[in-house]
Amino acid sequence: MNQRRWLFILPVAGFALMAAGFYIGLGIDQTVLPSALIDEPAPKFELPPLPGAEQGFSSADLQGHVSLVNTFASWCIPCRMEHPVLNTLAQTKRVPIYGIDYKDKGEAGADWIKTLGNPYTKVGADTGRVGIDWGVYGVPETFVVDRAGRIRYKHVGPLTEEDIQRTILPLVAKLDK
Amino acid sequence: MMFWKKCHREERSDEAIPQWTLARLLRFARNGRAFLPLLFLLVTIVTTAPAYAVRPDEMLPDPALEARAREVGQELRCLVCRNQSIDDSDADLAHDLRVLVRDRIKAGDSNNQVVAYIRARYGDFVLLRPPFELDTVLLWGGPALILLLGAFGIHRYYRHRRRDEPPPLSAEERRRLKSVLDAAAEPEARA
Repeated sequence: MNQRRWLFILPVAGFALMAAGFYIGLGIDQTVLPSALIDEPAPKFELPPLPGAEQGFSSADLQGHVSLVNTFASWCIPCRMEHPVLNTLAQTKRVPIYGIDYKDKGEAGADWIKTLGNPYTKVGADTGRVGIDWGVYGVPETFVVDRAGRIRYKHVGPLTEEDIQRTILPLVAKLDK
Repeated sequence: MMFWKKCHREERSDEAIPQWTLARLLRFARNGRAFLPLLFLLVTIVTTAPAYAVRPDEMLPDPALEARAREVGQELRCLVCRNQSIDDSDADLAHDLRVLVRDRIKAGDSNNQVVAYIRARYGDFVLLRPPFELDTVLLWGGPALILLLGAFGIHRYYRHRRRDEPPPLSAEERRRLKSVLDAAAEPEARA
């Protein structure tokens, strides 16, 4: 009997193990999916300009320097929250920000920039196909692209000032070296 | 979160729910009155196809190609709703992916090539059937592992039980047992 006493501990140990697993699971953000494109070359694309603008945005623009690529849309509420953060970052001229206006209709994207300010070096209008090439599953998403035009980091959801200071700028500095 | 709250509230306020409980249905069926309604229900369930989100304007004119597109679509996860295939989901991204799948098929891609194309962009998570790889070994091997553990446990349990069984009586013990039993039986015999 004594020999089998450890058997009675088994359910308790099993429960403790599961509880620990679930507790760790609580801390995992289920909404953020890992990108398949990290360390892969950015997709090739050529996007037309927003209505009223002259220049579009193409993959050739990303060569030779570190850049941020931000997907946004006028219908996206978190993007509205993120926009002032991008404006502030653009003023520092630390890193060029490129914009992909994801699935906006008509003038909506151009109006958005007119009212909220333009942090972007270049903006292209996307009907959705280029977004798929970037693995976008919900705007806003922001990518850090290195000098060779490879995607090095992806941020899902709106960028905050803290994200910029803690993650984006240190990474940009590292890639700039 | 909002959705959950909504469901919850409806559940509490709706008093009509117990009307069609299973027990009631069974009682109804036993009376024989339910034969026609039940037959109607069965026919309806069997003859209707599951509803897909695929819109008529997305479909390919060639039924063979469209059938292939459905095969591919069933394998791909809608990344917005997570637990639906792109064929089942009416999310905007799912629509875009369905159109993309059909474009690739029209361009002459095989089913596997189409899946690979989308997997290259969205990663393994886009596949509803996870691939067997080093980091999914536990996922695929888990059930077999648990079965094996169970078998091992049962084996041990029975081996222990056999060892715990008392050894058969020796000749001396059998003789003593017999004398005890005989002594016990004697008063009865006398009475």
